[in-house]
Amino acid sequence: MRIVVCVKQVPGTSDAKIDPETKRIIREGIKSVMNPFDLYAIEAAVQLRERFGGEVIALSMGPERASAVIREAMAIGADRGALLSDRAFGGSDTWATSYALARAVDTIDTMSKASGGVDLVICGKQAVDGDTAQVGPGIAAHLGYSQAAYVEAVREVKQDSITVQRMNEDGYDVCEIAFPAVITVVKGLNQPRVPTLRGVLAARAADVPIWKPADIGAALDKIGLDASPTRVVKTAPPEPRGGETARVEGTPAESAARLVQLLKARELI
Amino acid sequence: MRITDIDKSLFTNVWIIAETIGGRVHPVTYELIGAARGLADARSSKVAAVVIGGEADASLFAYGADLAIVVNAPEFSGFNDELECAALNYLIEKHKPEIVLCAATARGRALIPRVAVQTVSGLTADCTGLAIDPETGDLLQTRPAFGGNIMATIRTSNHRPQMATVRPNVMKALPPDPGRSGEVIRETLLGGAVKNAKRVIETVRGGEAQINLGEARVIVSGGRAMKGPEGFNMLKRLADKLGGAVGASRAAVDAGWIAYPHQVGQTGQTVQTALYIACGISGQIQHLVGMQSCGCIVAIDKNPDTPMMRLADIAVTGDVFEIVPAMTEALQ
Repeated sequence: MRIVVCVKQVPGTSDAKIDPETKRIIREGIKSVMNPFDLYAIEAAVQLRERFGGEVIALSMGPERASAVIREAMAIGADRGALLSDRAFGGSDTWATSYALARAVDTIDTMSKASGGVDLVICGKQAVDGDTAQVGPGIAAHLGYSQAAYVEAVREVKQDSITVQRMNEDGYDVCEIAFPAVITVVKGLNQPRVPTLRGVLAARAADVPIWKPADIGAALDKIGLDASPTRVVKTAPPEPRGGETARVEGTPAESAARLVQLLKARELI
Repeated sequence: MRITDIDKSLFTNVWIIAETIGGRVHPVTYELIGAARGLADARSSKVAAVVIGGEADASLFAYGADLAIVVNAPEFSGFNDELECAALNYLIEKHKPEIVLCAATARGRALIPRVAVQTVSGLTADCTGLAIDPETGDLLQTRPAFGGNIMATIRTSNHRPQMATVRPNVMKALPPDPGRSGEVIRETLLGGAVKNAKRVIETVRGGEAQINLGEARVIVSGGRAMKGPEGFNMLKRLADKLGGAVGASRAAVDAGWIAYPHQVGQTGQTVQTALYIACGISGQIQHLVGMQSCGCIVAIDKNPDTPMMRLADIAVTGDVFEIVPAMTEALQ
């Protein structure tokens, strides 16, 4: 089984502080981390390889320093990886990003055709910086692969298909999808393993190839800012949270009554 | 589709993708119609509700749709992304809508990116504001980015349709007018055009996963201070009284007191409810990014000086195990 896992480097939030004026999070000077949902994607891929053999390839797009997340994926079990990095990719929206990643998956598929090509692409359900959840289904759409989003359990794997449980607001469903396929996974799927020292050292020494548009056969008029259908035309700070914090103190009954009164006044209950 | 200014005018009307659960129209559908109505009026065009795998309920018109485009066939009974996408691609190619709005539910967020890619359209996720630019007629889509720290306005100038998703409870439904009616257009797809690579084996409703955080108007959320599953039962009673759902911090989920679908925050769900009541949640940044865009935040904590108590609109100092039952009681 050959599995490509798409990972993304995102700003971490652990060191962020709250701006006392706007009551919003300040992110300046925050270090980068792997998108947390991607850890579940890597773990899912590595578990499948442990059961069925094959290889796990970590794929990302970003500046050259984003090779750190490829190495992190390798430290916890990915066999190899590649990073799409070039100025021409810069400014890509989710359409152009999923196009570039799809081209890379297709390239891996072509190169490995003799040994079966790519069976499965696994992504985290969304990246925590953009929160769009569009790139996973977008990759499937560009490649014409079948897809399953919000996967919370892998039920069964056959030679040519995977059966998964998809979470939704109303419960879940179970579907069997034919390979090649893209799945996006949620947190409950597994417990990601912790890297071993040996894994970290091996990943540090590993070669992470940088792929340019020409390496993946990406059309230059389909990548980057100019090829992106959407464009950010304005950014603004959000409305600051409404003024002062109303403090409620007293006996439990008094506090509860006061709280109910405040919420009724705001027509919230 | 990539377009030029000359053929922009070929694209007209505002579509909403109706969402149904077990034959019932999901309330977010009416909210989408409400948002679409204003946009269509600004463009002097019509609101069409697209129903795939169901029939045109009269309520769609009552809430403001002018027409319904219906595609119904047995293969749409389960959620089959590929077939629904193929149906939408076909409809979009044929009717050329100017704007397509879809609910940012698990289903909508899986389906619509596939459609946007294959129809070469721009798509903006989780919009909190939608307006028509009076100069260009383009859709201006506003959404929170970076966990609500920035509001970004996004435009799709050179592609049509302009697509956007909206979370439940963000837009307002119009008051229904039962006297309104509309036109129903039935479409039949030519079978076999798409290789069906998916078999939906079963669809299960309810159970632990039925928590609808994304749909709730009110969330009562608990953290480590809830001490165990019993604490969450207490929150559930308050949530039931308020017609809301129960949320949780990562600490409570990791402790096994409540299931993952309840988790709010960076690795859980991002919620934008009208009211968020945080009970014994100190307010780690990973939790705050998932709920700071809620309309009104109430914090209840013994410690008056936590990040959550400072962020909150209303901060109640006290023991959650006393305040929450007292509040539930006060709502009798």
